[in-house]
Amino acid sequence: MTAEGIGARVLRKEDKRFITGNGRYTDDMTMQRMGHAAFVRSTHAHARIKSINTDDAMKMPGVDAVLNGHQLVADGIGNIICGWMIHSKDGSPMNMGAYRALESETVRYVGQAIAVVVADTQQQARDAAEAVVVEYEDLPAVVDSLDALKDGAPQLHPEAAGNLIYDWEIGEEAPTDEAFANAAHVTRMDIDNNRLVPNPMEPRSALAHFDPSEEHYTLYTTSQNPHVARLVLSAFYNVAPENKLRVIAPDVGGGFGSKIFIYPEEIACLWATKRVGRPVKWTSDRTEAFLTDAHGRDHHSTAELALDANNKITGFRVKTVANLGAYMSLFSSSVPTYLYATLLSGQYNIPNIYANVKAVYTNTTPVDAYRGAGRPEATYVVERMMETAAKEVGMAPAEFRRINFVREFPHQTPVIMAYDAGDYEASLDAAMKAIDYDGFAQRRTQSEAAGKLRGIGMSCYIEACGIAPSQAVGSLGAGVGLWESAEVRVNAVGTIEVLTGSHSHGQGHETTFAQLVSDRLGLPTESISIVHGDTDKVQMGMGTYGSRSGAVGMSAIAKALDKVEAKAKKIAAHLMEASEGDIEIENGELKVTGTDKKLTFTEVSLAAYTAHNLPEGMEPGLKEGAFYDPTNFTFPAGCYICEVEVDPDTGVVSIENFVAADDFGTIINPMIVEGQVHGGLVQGIGQAMLEHTQYDEDGQLLTASYMDYTMPRADDVPSFTLETTVTECPGNPLGMKGCGEAGAIGSPPAVINAVTDALGIRDMNMPASPNRVWQLIQDNGMKEAAE
Amino acid sequence: MYETKYHRASTVSDAAAMLKNADDGKLLSGGQTLIPTMKQRLAAPSDLIDLRHIGEISGIVKQADGSIRIGAATCHADVAASEDIKAVLPGLADLAGTIGDPHVRHMGTIGGSVANNDPAADYPAALLALGATIETNKREFSAQDFFTGMFETALDEDEIVTAVVFPVASNTAYAKFPNPASRYAMAGVFVAKTGAGARVAVTGAGQDGVFRMPDMEKALDGNWSADAVAGMAPSADNMLSDLHGTAAYRANLVTVMAKRAVAASS
Ligand SMILES: Cc1cc2nc3c(=O)[nH]c(=O)nc-3n(C[C@H](O)[C@H](O)[C@H](O)COP(=O)(O)OP(=O)(O)OC[C@H]3O[C@@H](n4cnc5c(N)ncnc54)[C@H](O)[C@@H]3O)c2cc1C
Repeated sequence: MTAEGIGARVLRKEDKRFITGNGRYTDDMTMQRMGHAAFVRSTHAHARIKSINTDDAMKMPGVDAVLNGHQLVADGIGNIICGWMIHSKDGSPMNMGAYRALESETVRYVGQAIAVVVADTQQQARDAAEAVVVEYEDLPAVVDSLDALKDGAPQLHPEAAGNLIYDWEIGEEAPTDEAFANAAHVTRMDIDNNRLVPNPMEPRSALAHFDPSEEHYTLYTTSQNPHVARLVLSAFYNVAPENKLRVIAPDVGGGFGSKIFIYPEEIACLWATKRVGRPVKWTSDRTEAFLTDAHGRDHHSTAELALDANNKITGFRVKTVANLGAYMSLFSSSVPTYLYATLLSGQYNIPNIYANVKAVYTNTTPVDAYRGAGRPEATYVVERMMETAAKEVGMAPAEFRRINFVREFPHQTPVIMAYDAGDYEASLDAAMKAIDYDGFAQRRTQSEAAGKLRGIGMSCYIEACGIAPSQAVGSLGAGVGLWESAEVRVNAVGTIEVLTGSHSHGQGHETTFAQLVSDRLGLPTESISIVHGDTDKVQMGMGTYGSRSGAVGMSAIAKALDKVEAKAKKIAAHLMEASEGDIEIENGELKVTGTDKKLTFTEVSLAAYTAHNLPEGMEPGLKEGAFYDPTNFTFPAGCYICEVEVDPDTGVVSIENFVAADDFGTIINPMIVEGQVHGGLVQGIGQAMLEHTQYDEDGQLLTASYMDYTMPRADDVPSFTLETTVTECPGNPLGMKGCGEAGAIGSPPAVINAVTDALGIRDMNMPASPNRVWQLIQDNGMKEAAE
Repeated sequence: MYETKYHRASTVSDAAAMLKNADDGKLLSGGQTLIPTMKQRLAAPSDLIDLRHIGEISGIVKQADGSIRIGAATCHADVAASEDIKAVLPGLADLAGTIGDPHVRHMGTIGGSVANNDPAADYPAALLALGATIETNKREFSAQDFFTGMFETALDEDEIVTAVVFPVASNTAYAKFPNPASRYAMAGVFVAKTGAGARVAVTGAGQDGVFRMPDMEKALDGNWSADAVAGMAPSADNMLSDLHGTAAYRANLVTVMAKRAVAASS
């Protein structure tokens, strides 16, 4: 343990370059003779392409090439894949429509790429892209998933009859039905989860380069998982074999899931660079980001909760229709299934659960994982139901939750997950105390005196992170293993490079990962560098999403450190003529217990590399690698409570107080964790109050800029009160659970429970925009009541 | 953005000549509307004639009759911070302070804003309520004649706004309900006691841009209080309706903002 070790609030090492404008992002990279790409995109949500005329565009200044899907297919570039196979309840595999990087026959959403122009400058490329004439024959479009399932709905893909991708189930239907038949009370709700646009600050970008003499490609790209990108580009899109393709994800300015996936533009740039014989760069503008970054959420659900006479939950039944957009993005199939329905038990002891999920094609942007990915949708359903059921049976929401909490661990839910550790009551108590729950009634009276409506709502979330045990996910259909790799390279002078397969795009890995090493070896974080994001440097890795970099990525580092320590101890024991078991590592020194004999870590490292005096048979050097495959998911959990005041005249909701009590297990850097929670909360509050992706009936995206898509701003949120409770995760060597998504997962139901409490109503959809809230007040005749 | 040629004018007549000589020229003031439009490739002027460096149309002057003359190229931040304006027309200074964000307020100008006449822009409410005069390189307009509809003004193609003159008034106040996304006005109500009586002008809500509320004005003439306007709303038939607010909601906001403006005005 050191001043910079586990638990220390070390300032972020990476911030100096970010704050001073010295970050190196993909769009900052330039190469000699670099050309710029611009995409010709569909302006129609659903249309047959009759012709693509590139004659005028080809003649424009600076234009090298105008390439389309016919050429792409002819060159053998593979269709875009979905990496998780889901089987419908009848056993049939999911129905996947063909998805090409450039579409030349039928476009299915506005913004879909049809052709790519490469020119000397970005402006020339855009000018030429505008000059490409695409002749369309309009087809009817459908944007809502429920409409898409109706008889006579426009059909998107011949492979998916009725637009149905899969009709999947989990849990036991018959016993669940039985629980409902015997229930003393049933709560039933229709619950929607609104579609979101991810909006990372840095738009997507790709720079591809082909070296003909080596037959070798380099791709700089805005990726959360460059190794997975290389694997997929090489194995499925036939761009190049892995040893001939280097993928670099340099500084990446936020991802929130949207940069996990392999997009048409990266494939097109890699393909085009060889064809035009020059490096090709593309950077999305904000409009393209709105139209083409994979969106998040978009569920329609019907949920039913069965209670016995003692208000214990006996059954939970959920039917969900998930809108996956016009095509299946890389992990889209897993989001509304294994990342969603497996969390429907919440923090509660529910003996019977049955969920049915239909995934549906519509003429909208593809939908995939977005911060929380399935778990926010599950938490929203569970926690809206818990709050409503409590009120219906006349119990305090906290008490109703308390009597249904899981209290014994491990706990096997009816939906796959085995919770390993937790103390749900502890976080509930911490949150209620922090928000002064008991004082709410008085605060409500004060608000009423001022003509305002006041409400309080809670959400006790659980999520599954540390994604994921490879064998388990493999059996559920995942196309990849979800372990992580690490390599600890000790230099001859005792400084250290840690190579990790995790990728940092805002999480602060350069700091927290160094803290782990500092903690173990007693070295300052300054002498520890974290290397990530380059397939030539790091051999293999699975990247960052699902709050996995701590629990999985750092566990791999811990395993590699075990090996480094073991070897260093052997060398030290040999040099100091002591027994290996007597060597301990402390403050950057290797000591013989109970004596004053010691060597510095630098001396031992140097000995490893001079190799003048090593134990018999030992190889020189001090460098160890490890792969860590988790044995289970981790289960961060907590309680969020939101208190709002509503202005009945305008419908404006203001969050007066928001408490988040989280159990993340071991925390490496509380400052960074708080930052992650703050960001997650703002995204969750954004979903609950502000953000709303809307299409018109023809499939045009109406909220395609910040003029209409409401991003949360600093003045939309209060100062948060954060509490932590700790139960260590027994599943990994560090006891960590993960904190990256919790805020976005737990907060939306807390907000909506508070708003419905203020309005005295049961049902409402997100976001709680002023107009919507005002309308609810009119409809329920509450304005007079408040006055 | 398409390629364009940039010109910096140093006098108004200079600017007028540059505009005349250009193929398809456009005046550039703060660029806070024009540049984003060009970046979206929705406008493609061959030439841009920058007005921001013309000394004669910049700055704020308190004139002998007490009126305030604001040069067209004066940015919103200067109006918000002007002690002269705060002293006599505090509602106008407050209004300027609600426009956009600090970047926008330091670049965007009153001339650009009124020439653009965005139906959700803030300034038109103040001009109409206060009976301001819009001066151009050719003539003068009353605010009533100047704003002719959504993004429409009485300006000729080649006409340059040079200043806006605000006569004295008392009890000025502006209450704005911002669009949650853009933070332009969804309903912005400017109230004032002017030489011609009480004035109430509304921006952001109407289908034809800024408009007055004669009923409210009459009520306020007799009784300058929030209660006087409490029961009055414009007809929802004339209100804008979009993703952020229905016509009925906007009509309600006009009432609420009018009440708040009056309450804040004394
Ligand atoms: C993020 C953002 C938020 C904003 N929020 C608000 C808001 O809350 N409320 C609000 O009212 N506005 C808002 N605006 C608009 C802002 O106030 C602009 O500054 C204003 O609308 C235009 O003024 P400008 O000086 O930037 O004009 P420009 O963009 O330079 O020009 C606008 C138009 O007017 C013409 N023009 C400019 N000057 C003259 C002149 N002197 N004579 C004749 N024609 C001229 C130009 O040719 C052009 O057609 C916002 C803008 C942005 C970018």
